[in-house]
Amino acid sequence: MMGEQLSMVKASYEARVEPITPLQILDVDGNVVNQEAMPKLTDEQLRELMRRMVYTRIWDQRAVSLARQGRLGFYAPVSGQEASMLGSEFALTKEDFILPGYRDMPQLVWHGYPLYQAFLYSRGHQHGGQIPKDVNVLMPQIIIGAQYVQTIGVAMGMKKRGAESVAITYTGDGGSSQGDFYEALNFAGVFNLPAIFVVQNNRFAISTPIAKQTKAQTLAQKAVAAGIRGVQVDGMDVLAVYKAVEEAREYALQGIPTLIETLTYRFGPHSMSGDDPTRYRKQEETGEWEAKDPLVRFRNYLQGKNLWTEEDENAVIEEARNAVAEAIKKADEYEKMTIPGLIDTMFETTPKHLEEQKKDFS
Amino acid sequence: MAVMTMQQAITDALRISLESDPNVLIFGEDVGVNGGVFRVTAGLQEKFGEDRVFDTPLAESGIGGMAVGLGLQGFRPVAEIQFIGFIFEVLDTIAVQASRMRFRSGGAYNSPITFRTPFGAGVKAPELHADSLEGIIMQTPGIKVVCPSNPADAKGLLLSAIRDNDPVFFMEHLKLYYALKGEVPEGDYTIPIGKANVVREGTDATIITYGAMVHTSLKAAEEIEKARGAKVEVIDLRTLSPLDTDTILASIQKTGRAIVVQEAQRTAGAAPEIMAQIAEKGILHLEAPILRVAGPDTILAQPLAEDLWVPNPARVVKALNEVLDF
Ligand SMILES: Cc1ncc(C[n+]2csc(CCOP(=O)(O)OP(=O)(O)O)c2C)c(N)n1
Ligand SMILES: [Mg+2]
Repeated sequence: MMGEQLSMVKASYEARVEPITPLQILDVDGNVVNQEAMPKLTDEQLRELMRRMVYTRIWDQRAVSLARQGRLGFYAPVSGQEASMLGSEFALTKEDFILPGYRDMPQLVWHGYPLYQAFLYSRGHQHGGQIPKDVNVLMPQIIIGAQYVQTIGVAMGMKKRGAESVAITYTGDGGSSQGDFYEALNFAGVFNLPAIFVVQNNRFAISTPIAKQTKAQTLAQKAVAAGIRGVQVDGMDVLAVYKAVEEAREYALQGIPTLIETLTYRFGPHSMSGDDPTRYRKQEETGEWEAKDPLVRFRNYLQGKNLWTEEDENAVIEEARNAVAEAIKKADEYEKMTIPGLIDTMFETTPKHLEEQKKDFS
Repeated sequence: MAVMTMQQAITDALRISLESDPNVLIFGEDVGVNGGVFRVTAGLQEKFGEDRVFDTPLAESGIGGMAVGLGLQGFRPVAEIQFIGFIFEVLDTIAVQASRMRFRSGGAYNSPITFRTPFGAGVKAPELHADSLEGIIMQTPGIKVVCPSNPADAKGLLLSAIRDNDPVFFMEHLKLYYALKGEVPEGDYTIPIGKANVVREGTDATIITYGAMVHTSLKAAEEIEKARGAKVEVIDLRTLSPLDTDTILASIQKTGRAIVVQEAQRTAGAAPEIMAQIAEKGILHLEAPILRVAGPDTILAQPLAEDLWVPNPARVVKALNEVLDF
């Protein structure tokens, strides 16, 4: 094909993809730019959202420093992604079921999973995965993509039971490249499932930038091929994320699944196991995103409405520090794992050969 | 000779393979600018360009399928699977597509692919990063399985693997990446796939092992020599498939007693296969049952119980005492 012809084809091809613009309610300074989309939240709910974000930021900072001291084990920092994580969880009911990725500990904790178990999970204690009976979440998923395909089963189960609840799952921009990602969207469409798929686009999968992950202009448009809803949202704007999930939930209950792309950024390293972001990202870019800090934006907004004071902030900081200290203490004191104990969690009834193997470890 | 870590020795082998064969391509998740999460490909993209060393999207089955296709186009792909637990995502390629290419095409096509992957307990990695899955691949016809125990072997074996015209599953033990330094010959050399190495000579019993367990076994052999004067031979298999039964049988003939030490679970993997070979071909040399020291048949314990789970010198010594006292 001649060059000119080729560029015409390319232009018409690109025009076929409808431009997607992210939903935004607050601008970076916390001014309302989209009153129409403003969710109906009470002042108490707004304050609670802020409390959760500040609390999570403090918890993250403590976790990062504990990991640096070698006292935590595996930890994937969350600073920068609080709006994306907490705004989405806040739109759920307790009956909604969360299938998280490995970074999504905050959603689990705010859905009822005890903080000390999060620390046990980080350390690699089996009890970290023992989700309490009334908490509708799965433990963090290591295999990227697995949570997406499992979500369709949870959602189908809810539908078959006639439950008024939805299944929600999370992955990252990197996760959107897995075959499982497409399979999940496709199944959800085919079976009209009450499912919400969140893809937190923080622009990097470890060191790999989004441009090397996909040629698509947005991740939200990946919903198009599956025939389900796809929306993009400013992931640094907690109200916009809340709104997008609240809406997606309404659709989900009608059997219409949604893929939500949240545009966000992780301020810290990929994990605390030796990742050095300076190898692969530019300081200016990180700086640009830090200027969009979801906490700053929402704090400004609340302060403008006289809903948040410095005392409020300090009280939460104090509360979070104490809670983390207490949770770590509880994790420290939790009974140690044993191999016979591990053996007994393999099957409902431990088979004879495994009973015998306990002898090696007594 | 230079003193290197195993991670450095592997990087050196990769560099040499890229230099010596323009058809070698290295790809996987984060192997480019980042140089791999363990820095094993550090500097290679810079030196050889993005054409030859490149990041892929996050999709193991894509990585594997692409390797098969590139193999058909005359390239020699070295595909990195970031951690061993993620091979399940690419098992169709490994066990069905690459391993069967020669057979399915009646020899017309082949898959000269090296799948490199870190594995192995002892560095407190999260779940699915450290499992020993060699047994699964050993049961797969048409693919070789290599597992070095030290820097010099890693370099020579990896160069053989990359130059092999059949697929090779190359396992790099996490605990050995940085912890263990050793002399590594400079320049280009290969160590043959399918040949074991006697790393300690002895007359009273044989330990057959591989990977990080070579070091555990050597410690146990020294302890037992101190304790009761027994001289234990230690065989580092280097290659798990195809197994070097000649070296194993020659040793058994001499010692009459054998134990197999592996990090993987007890059932249906490398150790049972080795024991079966000895039983089939060397039973008349034996003066005691063959024992194995292995992980229990559970999921590899998550980090907090990892050290309890993985075989240690004490458990190896116990098994040695049992066969020696039989
Ligand atoms: C199937 C699978 N492949 C590879 C990995 C290793 N890995 C862990 S995190 C990660 C990057 C994920 O990036 P993204 O999906 O964007 O999520 P983020 O870490 O940015 O939250 C990779 C490659 C994994 N855990 N699972
Ligand atoms: Mg990401």
